[in-house]
Amino acid sequence: MRRVAITGLGAICALGRNVAEFTDSLGQGRSGIGPIESAGCAGLRFPNGAEVRGYSHQPYFDDRRADFMDRFAQFAVIAAREAVENAGVRWTPASRENAAIVTGSCVGGQGTEDIGFQEVYKLGHSRVHPLTIPKTMANAGASHISMEFGITGPSFTISTACSSAGHAIGQAFWMVRTGAADLAIAGGSEAPFSFGILKAWEAMRVVSPDTCRPFSKDRRGMILGEGSAMFVLEPLEAAEARGARIHAEIAGFGMSSDACHITQPSPEGAARGMRAALRDAGLAPEQIGYINAHGTATQANDVTETAAIRSVFGAHADKLAVSSTKSMHGHALGAAAALECLAAVIALRDGLLPPTANFTQPDPECDLDVIPNHARAAQVEYALSNSFAFGGLNAVLALRKG
Amino acid sequence: MSDDLIQRVLKVIATSKRIPLETVAIDSDFQQLTIDSMDAVEILFALENEFDVSIPDDAVRAVRNVRQMCEGVEKLLAAKPADPAVKL
Repeated sequence: MRRVAITGLGAICALGRNVAEFTDSLGQGRSGIGPIESAGCAGLRFPNGAEVRGYSHQPYFDDRRADFMDRFAQFAVIAAREAVENAGVRWTPASRENAAIVTGSCVGGQGTEDIGFQEVYKLGHSRVHPLTIPKTMANAGASHISMEFGITGPSFTISTACSSAGHAIGQAFWMVRTGAADLAIAGGSEAPFSFGILKAWEAMRVVSPDTCRPFSKDRRGMILGEGSAMFVLEPLEAAEARGARIHAEIAGFGMSSDACHITQPSPEGAARGMRAALRDAGLAPEQIGYINAHGTATQANDVTETAAIRSVFGAHADKLAVSSTKSMHGHALGAAAALECLAAVIALRDGLLPPTANFTQPDPECDLDVIPNHARAAQVEYALSNSFAFGGLNAVLALRKG
Repeated sequence: MSDDLIQRVLKVIATSKRIPLETVAIDSDFQQLTIDSMDAVEILFALENEFDVSIPDDAVRAVRNVRQMCEGVEKLLAAKPADPAVKL
């Protein structure tokens, strides 16, 4: 089986419009959380989100192209463009045919759907805009990426709530590892800031009224985020042969299901996911130096995740650095795992572990080294990126320094 | 067919397709204007809104050019109950 290198990185989210800005924000421990601007939120119990502030399609897409794309699909293409350029991919008809695209999205273009449904339900109009379907479909990101680059190989989208992008990157990794594809663009994108979606999240009572404080005693819930991160994956050997920069390697991928509850997380399920990733990578727990946690800052997740990490790593859990970058880029649902995998890749590459921002006081039930508030210089060889979705579907990526 | 109706149809096409109004004429056919099937349904949606009519699926299958489109709209308007708000 082939080793798999990450040779291209792309991102757009509350922390910046590209990977350089994203990296800088993480290094500074600067949060992108602020008052929600892109959707009405009158009467909502929470006013804050992690948005791509001031976003307009215009520097990225002409008006007619943008007509066909929900914001989530635009983010996917913007991040994919940066990743492909960063990797220095030189396309040929053969390479386009042997390339795969695997994207993750949880809600797809529900923002578009929300507008369309208002037309008929609220405004009493008799018709909905005909682009509502192609803009809403969750695979629109993958489709627009394929059209952008003329990629004719296997392309599909995975929707597993907050693990979507983790499952997507994992599948793409396995495809490149086994030779099912010679190159893959993988990641996730999401744009959930729409009044109907926000009301649905409000009803879940898991969104914080102020900010996101993972692992902190006074945490009050998650903060929704949006954006996209995309990666170019290729066989390590081929990447080295063409002199590409290796940002990191994907060493393994593990999945599990809680088979327990539709929203309540289970420590056993999370632990099984981490063990599966270690096994797939051929790693011992002691080899891991950093975990980018799922770390949503809900009461349930952070305690459960801590217990899961302790059960997998035993005494080594006290030597591990663990942080939740959701404290800065928010919980971007189907894009979350991609943003977090990117944060972990940058941490390995640059030797700078991102902090858990907004941290105020330790919680005895979350007694891990969570890198409070300030990034930490540390050379780490292997890292995990955890994603544990509603519905109990878990995806864990194991990364190796490039 | 009234000039007003034609102008409104041309404007709907240009706006939906995001092309200059002067590039659309009564004798343009859809192929010349590179109107594909998705563009066509968008234009139908906009025509329905503009003229407050409902365009049946069967009525659009044979339409290949702007003139046929205008004729179709005219027919639908003629079949509509009298409405003082529609000035034609």
